[in-house]
Amino acid sequence: MKLKQTIASFSTKLVVPLSIIVIWELFSRLGFVSSALLPAPTKILVSLGDWITGSTGAAEVHSGQWLNDAASSAWRVIAGYSLAVVTAVTIGIIIGWSKFAEKLLEPTIQILRPIPPVAWIPLAIIWFGIANRPAIFLVFLASFFPILVNTIHGVRTIDKNLVRAGGMMGANQWHLLRYVILPAALPSIFSGMRIGVGSAWMLTVTAEMIAVKSGLGYVLWDAYYFLRYDLVIASMVSIGLLGFSTDFILKKIIAAVLPWQRGVSIESTQS
Amino acid sequence: MEFLEVKNVEKVFKDEKRGTSVKALENINFSIKENEFVCLLGGSGCGKSTLLNMIAGFEKPTAGEILVNRKKIEGMGADRGMVFQAPTLMPWLTVSKNISFYLKLQGMSRKKQKEEAQKYIDMVGLTGFENHYPHELSGGMNQRVGIARALLQNPSLILMDEPFAALDPFTKTDMQEELARIWQEHKRTIIFVTHSVEEALILGTKIIVLSNRPGRVNKIIDLDMSRPRDTTSPIFNQYKREILDLIVKNKNTSERKTPIHQVI
Repeated sequence: MKLKQTIASFSTKLVVPLSIIVIWELFSRLGFVSSALLPAPTKILVSLGDWITGSTGAAEVHSGQWLNDAASSAWRVIAGYSLAVVTAVTIGIIIGWSKFAEKLLEPTIQILRPIPPVAWIPLAIIWFGIANRPAIFLVFLASFFPILVNTIHGVRTIDKNLVRAGGMMGANQWHLLRYVILPAALPSIFSGMRIGVGSAWMLTVTAEMIAVKSGLGYVLWDAYYFLRYDLVIASMVSIGLLGFSTDFILKKIIAAVLPWQRGVSIESTQS
Repeated sequence: MEFLEVKNVEKVFKDEKRGTSVKALENINFSIKENEFVCLLGGSGCGKSTLLNMIAGFEKPTAGEILVNRKKIEGMGADRGMVFQAPTLMPWLTVSKNISFYLKLQGMSRKKQKEEAQKYIDMVGLTGFENHYPHELSGGMNQRVGIARALLQNPSLILMDEPFAALDPFTKTDMQEELARIWQEHKRTIIFVTHSVEEALILGTKIIVLSNRPGRVNKIIDLDMSRPRDTTSPIFNQYKREILDLIVKNKNTSERKTPIHQVI
């Protein structure tokens, strides 16, 4: 019964992507669109396969390099993102907790926040050169603000009586931060982190297209110069899958850390 | 010996945006002995919760002072336990961990915390729900956790702010009986805020009736009734009539008074 349900739910999820791929394949094969402009999925799959394994040489210079490229991109995401999580959560809790810190820091942050991270690219290149560092800086910027804003919101919307309850049980300021405010703000912090990880991938790829000579974004741009749209799309697919995987891992971590949130969602009773 | 003393307490709330002020409490004087079960009775807006908040240390009196064991109350502290109107449990902690939160702050080992919590879980009748989260329990069960949490702390004074007001009548009666039983078995000093005359008569050893706007002590009544209280007995109804008369009289006099908002 359970297996049957799993299969049913899985096939529901596959209906739309599979139909799109089939129609796309037909379009390309039957010549509705020039196959140079829109390569067929099968062709993309062959290029992606060679890019990963290096077996047919279809991906030319990138043949067999996929793991390297993916690892370079992933490293930039992880480095910039971790930096952003640590700083944004710390600063966010301080701003949410202290009126003085709010007055001191919030105006500056609210002015910097609307500047799109990509606008920092020129400065990032001047400051950090052409390598990992500008990319990490941009990833940091992109994920910092969503995490910060959500953390501040999470701390500010805590039930004031929870803090009072903590105080009446003898909690000092540190206890309140560690055992009341941080756990109470965690759901907000995590939703900021999920938004942030998406922005992190966006900015890695953007940075790689402009300021870095490795990674999935670089391959995407390089393939575009050589009119290899199959590789362009293969890069897009790789980025999508990696972004999906990081979000999936994050979701699993969240579910493990917030067992008390399980069953809070409206539809929870159905499963 | 007086255990809690409230001396000439006054509380004014200033609304700076509108430039007005409201006097919530005026000239409050009373004292409580150890192991008394005191009910603060009054209608909504009479300042009874404000008074409790000041005893808890959430707010400071505008004038006057409150002493517990001859020490002036300056802020929150674990010497007083609080049971809120909404259970106000940490939603990320299980029943057991919520109850032993105080011990965790004391740095007690996890094993000891669990053992200690179990006693109070059994006392309030939640055996079997140790590892449930608050959102998995009913309102009445959560309120039991809130009471167990305050009892475990073993405070010299337990403050309760209409803890049963949000419960349905059946659960409410159960909880009242249970609280009376717990108080009889494990004597504590309790200050219990309520707007229900019956509830005050079922629970208290002493009722402090507050009048409205600004809140003043209308009358302090020492109850001389056996437990468990019989809500249909003549003496119960005699007390009830006395209190209801007070409330009606107070209403008639306060209607002629000046408006509560005064321009500063």
